[in-house]
Amino acid sequence: MIPEIEELYQEVILDHSRRPRNFGELPDAAVLVHGDNPACGDEINLAVKFDTSGGLQDIKFTGRGCAISQASASLMTMKLKGKSREEVLEMLHAFHDLVTNETNEAPKKLGDLRVMRGVRNFPLRVKCAMLAWRAVEQALEQGVGEAIVSTEPA
Amino acid sequence: MHKIAASTIDWDAVRGDFPILRERAHGHPLIYLDSAATSQKPRAVIEALRNFYEHENANVHRGLHTLSTRATEAYEKARRRVAEYIGAASADEIVFTRGTTESINLVAQAWGGKFIRQGDVILLTVMEHHSNLVPWQLLAERTGARLRFVPVLDDGTLDLDQLSSLLTPEVKLFAFTHISNSLGTINPVANLCAKAHAVGVLALVDAAQSVGHLPINVRELGCDFLAFSGHKMCGPTGIGALYARAEILDSMPPYHGGGEMIVSVTLEKTTFKKAPHRFEAGTPNVAGAIGLAAAIDYLEQIGRPAIFEHDSQLARYAAERLTELPGTRVFGPTDERGALVGFVMDAAHPHDLTTFADQYGLAMRGGHHCNQPLMRRFGVSGTTRASFYFYNTMEEIDRMIEILQAAVRFFS
Repeated sequence: MIPEIEELYQEVILDHSRRPRNFGELPDAAVLVHGDNPACGDEINLAVKFDTSGGLQDIKFTGRGCAISQASASLMTMKLKGKSREEVLEMLHAFHDLVTNETNEAPKKLGDLRVMRGVRNFPLRVKCAMLAWRAVEQALEQGVGEAIVSTEPA
Repeated sequence: MHKIAASTIDWDAVRGDFPILRERAHGHPLIYLDSAATSQKPRAVIEALRNFYEHENANVHRGLHTLSTRATEAYEKARRRVAEYIGAASADEIVFTRGTTESINLVAQAWGGKFIRQGDVILLTVMEHHSNLVPWQLLAERTGARLRFVPVLDDGTLDLDQLSSLLTPEVKLFAFTHISNSLGTINPVANLCAKAHAVGVLALVDAAQSVGHLPINVRELGCDFLAFSGHKMCGPTGIGALYARAEILDSMPPYHGGGEMIVSVTLEKTTFKKAPHRFEAGTPNVAGAIGLAAAIDYLEQIGRPAIFEHDSQLARYAAERLTELPGTRVFGPTDERGALVGFVMDAAHPHDLTTFADQYGLAMRGGHHCNQPLMRRFGVSGTTRASFYFYNTMEEIDRMIEILQAAVRFFS
């Protein structure tokens, strides 16, 4: 097997794409974000419930798309559940660096998310990996209600 | 020099005319199955561009010096060559454009702007590329016209039974693709044009996927407009053409304003040149037109009947082999198809498949192929598309199948 492929599609990623975690509806969500990547047709619906201090009490998603977008969403929800607003934003920036910056060392705080670093060798797939993160960013901004976010701003 | 009948053509020698096919990708020999996006260029075309810039380059239609005369002659000769190639009655019916997209936009703006009124209908099909949809949406928005669509059946062909009820008196234009860029469907152009004309409707054909692959004669097809790109038929990017029947082209107002398209200009008013020059404001893509003519010369040496026979054989073989793969759905007609095949596999999303394949040197396209409404019609967000040209081989298709089998094992 080809090393770049194995680095991109690590077993953890394939596993999360086949059996996404936190996949489903969140009936009492505060905010629902529909995210899409029109270039690829990836879609996710992200539902977030906040705790009293504005942290992520619960987070779930549904969606369809490539292995990268769905695994990224699954891994993200696992990582962000229970995190404060500041921690989420910090993680968002660290993750963006991880999948775009070729020289950067992966910060330890990203934990499992570091399996996504293979994306950096595939610039066209960065949007797939970032889709769920764009949605959570929008959820924080919006706070309540419904929102739409796209990797191709109109 | 290559011979006429497909069986006597040395396809290996033809393949040798394309320097880029000796490239490697990720350490593997390149297998280029994305010619529906853009074709590769033979040495003859690359040399024609080089020759133009080394020996003839000057602006056209204005200088009186030697090079300008050469450039103008070469440019107008290219226009005659395009006219012959598609069977137009005269070179005056050929407008050089940047490609299919600009050709269709030109019709929508110049012809549509003048002749389309509120309540008129433009008839399209569900299988149109965005380039033959969005310009009409923009026109409809400007004028209050409406769009109407011929449905696509499950086998990827048009629902022709509906055509007569869709061709009502409000319809002014029927614009449709010759070959679907996602399904490979070859539409019965002559029949569709005849049906449109029978009720006084003009017909526009998007020939982007057909003009480099099979013989086309606009007078036999009976179309009023034909749009195509040079880059999908061995020519350079940034050049294409619009054919429009002379009397229609003459009736159309200018599209862009500027130099090159005028007879005389005062500060208040301008008299425009006749067609086709009226539609070519500014310095045209002279080198591109000359490269396109070289591509036509090259294709005609091989012969379009032979190209079509070879191409469609590759596509049928690929479709057959793909159906052998587990969990694979192949789109489009099963009998005759253009030189491409779209498919989806349960094992992996099109983008994962194409990323995987690329690591083995195999270039395919994954996504919606500028066909989002058609993708929706078939309930998928995208497909993987392998598209072929006469320089591809059966062995490359066998290799594609091996790589896809490896992908199924990897992703399942």
